[in-house]
Amino acid sequence: MNNLKKYNEIFMKVFSVEEKALEELEYQGIDEWDSVGHMELIAELEDGFDIMMDTDDIIDFSSYKKGIELLKKYEVEV
Amino acid sequence: MNIDYSYIFNLPPFSLDKDEKHKLYEEILYELQKHHSGNCFQYNKLCSLLGNNPALPVRLFKEYDLKSISKDEIYKVMTSSGTTGQTVSKIYLDRETSARQAKALNKIVSDFTGKTRLPMLIIDSNKVLKDRNMFSARGAGILGFSMLGRDMTYALDENMNLNLTVIDEFCQKYEGQAVLMFGFTFMVWEHFYKPLSKMGHRLDLAGTLIHGGGWKKLASEAVNPEEFINGLKMVTNADKVLNYYGMVEQTGSIFMECEYGHLHASVFSDIDILRAEDFTAADVGEKGIIKVTSLLPTSYPGHILLSEDEGILEGVDDCPCGRKGKYFKVCGRMQGAEIRGCSDTYERR
Repeated sequence: MNNLKKYNEIFMKVFSVEEKALEELEYQGIDEWDSVGHMELIAELEDGFDIMMDTDDIIDFSSYKKGIELLKKYEVEV
Repeated sequence: MNIDYSYIFNLPPFSLDKDEKHKLYEEILYELQKHHSGNCFQYNKLCSLLGNNPALPVRLFKEYDLKSISKDEIYKVMTSSGTTGQTVSKIYLDRETSARQAKALNKIVSDFTGKTRLPMLIIDSNKVLKDRNMFSARGAGILGFSMLGRDMTYALDENMNLNLTVIDEFCQKYEGQAVLMFGFTFMVWEHFYKPLSKMGHRLDLAGTLIHGGGWKKLASEAVNPEEFINGLKMVTNADKVLNYYGMVEQTGSIFMECEYGHLHASVFSDIDILRAEDFTAADVGEKGIIKVTSLLPTSYPGHILLSEDEGILEGVDDCPCGRKGKYFKVCGRMQGAEIRGCSDTYERR
């Protein structure tokens, strides 16, 4: 599975959203992506890509797009 | 607003001595006063009556909606813990203030536990987070700390009983590794220490246990801090059991207790002890009302607050742990104050 597919599937699974909604998805933008959902998302991403993010990056992970940028730090090109 | 937060966040969290901190606070509090006066008309009014940068009693946040942002900038509203029937404080956060709080908490706690996110055992029930609309200070506290750890595991079931299957699994998985345990003081004692101690069960969990949220309930059971630490070290292998002092009105900039039992103010916040009679500064060793100052809030005028707690300043810049800044202890709630705090308002249902 390529990284983009994996990244998208994690979002769709955690927040039960459709692929076409992902591009504009932001933290607190939908009910499911609240602070509880946020930690679930991070756990899934860390498992999926076998990385461990810094706390500051978890805090800065404010949107679907921002996440792609942050994952580069962990050598994950989405 | 002319505040360089990146400068503050790049400072080691306990590195400023008295004079350096004074200088920094003078500059930033001036900016915060200007910012909040310009953006919160109630605050501006208070300043015109009381003078610049007054210490607002925490109760004001119950009676008034104090915010320095517009409605559509509101990102999260935090409410204080309270017993049934109490009115709660409402603290309005925008994205920036909220992120700042989370990052400050991380900087402060990592100074004690290290930068790596450790496997985390939360000594509470996951029920606290299930009803997301009822987002209590207790839930917010757990979530705030959970960003510092990984593999969050809840030690208690829905009825606040030990979930031994889950705990044992966690112990096995992280055997010989440092973990982070977190909970509210009373819950840790009542629902973790007591049953484990009764069973004579010692958990093979090394690392740090951090707890906070008020001592009052335990003090009434005559449990003192030493007993608490010794008790928890009996039922786990924790090498550090650390208390913290903080409040929802100044989330993030908490005061952590060091290995010498002193609560420390970091670069993000400061403490003053005031005499109840005339609000002058108390001497080292003299009991008074705790005034807390935090550099973090820009979305609500809560940078300087008068708490309802009493405390004693124990020293400045010279704690044997090496951390700079003021260190103090909390003596409890002032007489006649409302009961609050995540630990103290807890009632088993």
